[in-house]
Amino acid sequence: MLLGPALAVSAALFALGVLGVLLRRNAIVIFMCVELMLNAANLAFVAFAQQLGVAGQIFVFFVMAVAAAEAAVGLAIILAVYRHRHTVDLQHINLLKG
Amino acid sequence: MNLDLTSTGDLARALLPELTLTAAGMLVLLVTAWRHTSGRDLRIAGWVTLTGLVAGGVAVWWLWWHTARAAGPPSMIAVDDFRFVTDGLFLAAAGLTVLVSFDYLEREGLLVPEYYVLLLFATLGMMLMAGGEDLMVVFLGLELMSVSVYVLAGIDRRSGAAAEAALKYFLLGAFASGFLLYGIALVYGATATTNLTQIAAQVRSLSLVQSPMLLIGLGLVLVGFGFKVAAVPFHMWAPDVYDGSPTPVTGYMATAVKAAAFAALFRVLVEAFGGVTAWKPIVWWLAVATMVVGNFIALAQHTVKRMLAYSSVAHAGYLLVAVAAASWAGSAALLAYLFAYTLVTLAAFALLAAQGREGERDVRIDDLAGLGQRRPWLALALAVCMLSLLGFPGTAGFIGKWYILVAATMAHENVLAAILVLTSVVSAGYYLPVIMAMYMKPQPFDQAHAGVRLGRPAAVVVAACVVGLLVLGVRPNPLLDLARSSAIVPPARAATPATGR
Repeated sequence: MLLGPALAVSAALFALGVLGVLLRRNAIVIFMCVELMLNAANLAFVAFAQQLGVAGQIFVFFVMAVAAAEAAVGLAIILAVYRHRHTVDLQHINLLKG
Repeated sequence: MNLDLTSTGDLARALLPELTLTAAGMLVLLVTAWRHTSGRDLRIAGWVTLTGLVAGGVAVWWLWWHTARAAGPPSMIAVDDFRFVTDGLFLAAAGLTVLVSFDYLEREGLLVPEYYVLLLFATLGMMLMAGGEDLMVVFLGLELMSVSVYVLAGIDRRSGAAAEAALKYFLLGAFASGFLLYGIALVYGATATTNLTQIAAQVRSLSLVQSPMLLIGLGLVLVGFGFKVAAVPFHMWAPDVYDGSPTPVTGYMATAVKAAAFAALFRVLVEAFGGVTAWKPIVWWLAVATMVVGNFIALAQHTVKRMLAYSSVAHAGYLLVAVAAASWAGSAALLAYLFAYTLVTLAAFALLAAQGREGERDVRIDDLAGLGQRRPWLALALAVCMLSLLGFPGTAGFIGKWYILVAATMAHENVLAAILVLTSVVSAGYYLPVIMAMYMKPQPFDQAHAGVRLGRPAAVVVAACVVGLLVLGVRPNPLLDLARSSAIVPPARAATPATGR
């Protein structure tokens, strides 16, 4: 049921996340877009799980745990950068040349 | 020894190295919770970590010695020699990194014993990742490794460069994880399983070779791994992150993290997608682009650390040639090259860490002038490292490259082999100036190298690596036998005789 629409929404979320990472310059917004990508994958897992068994739903729990760990570490790192630079805008963070 | 992974006892035996390392990580975490103020506490944590790594190594050796194999239905963890040998590689790299860090952390005033906890957990993640027989285990191992290494990159909180390196690594690493996870979701949707061998079986039985969902999923998985191994065009984070991180961490990232990503990539591509041909041209182009771009940009670098960073991108290209061969010989060549590359890169970064001076970011190649007269042994070790990275005959680097060339030509990838040789010639343009600076230029002023200091544990590491490089360069047979006997046999060729001993 509803596999097609669910996958369409998930693909749209994923595309939004990727575009956000590529286009935005604020570290926190980029991080939110990455979370959007992970949640797009979660949605796909749950949608597939309707037909393919519960394994897909179990994966979602693991992914949520991973996303939580990443959020903890990531926000700490963003905070550390803010202490040094007083900004989280990647345009102003250019000590290391691209 | 056949292990039935459906029984708890056998599963625990199969996971013994991982369980040992988990226990060691918890123990060090507990020790550092109480003792985290002085240099002595740091050394205690370091020695406990080293003990844990040795215990994990003994567990791996025990499984390897009894030739443990999985019996019964497909499980989530592989029990084969490829896993044991790569585990040994990660543990060795972590152990050498601990030894190099002893002196470095105290000299730089980094009194954070949690450094060692993160090192242990990162190593555990690598072992799960390279041994995962299921895409979800690979993903969880990769995340355990990555999250630990994000923190390690920024462990020096006083350094703005380290914080930026950590931020860059984190954002791009998490971005890559998103691709990898979405790819896994699509592969799961197409094949109804995440187990590597079952994916291969489903691809065959449902003839999914042309299925768009599977191919898109595979592409996204490749993008995710491409970021992790720093393949061009997904390499742009690598030089900055390697440059900004503390030097022992850089050595660890350039060796163990890269080795783990390659081991997992090879296992996933060959075991799960061996029947899908679509990834071969992609890996082919990745290998060419990585070799060419990595080597040519390395030519333009002035500081030693950035030069080594781009050189490690170039070496990822050579390793991708072994992946593109996708054969039993390619797997053996990958293992042999990873061993040689790990030894030489760890030694090179340990020597760079000895140059001192506030994170060593500013050590230029010209700054090494006259090192040959002032510190002959250090200069000799660095010269051997550069020659081995170049692939000079008589060093382990030559054996590794030779083996990749053999695997590539056996797989009829002659163009790749030719590009590998040509780009290696280009790489002489940035490895040899280091040697020339050390031996053929006078030191700029009298006390130029007074600050160079290599602690005893780090000196032992460098000496062991350099001797290992030279011995393996002259007598490579033990390494080659080990690599051959533990190579992954692609399912399609499983019928032909596999061991070449």
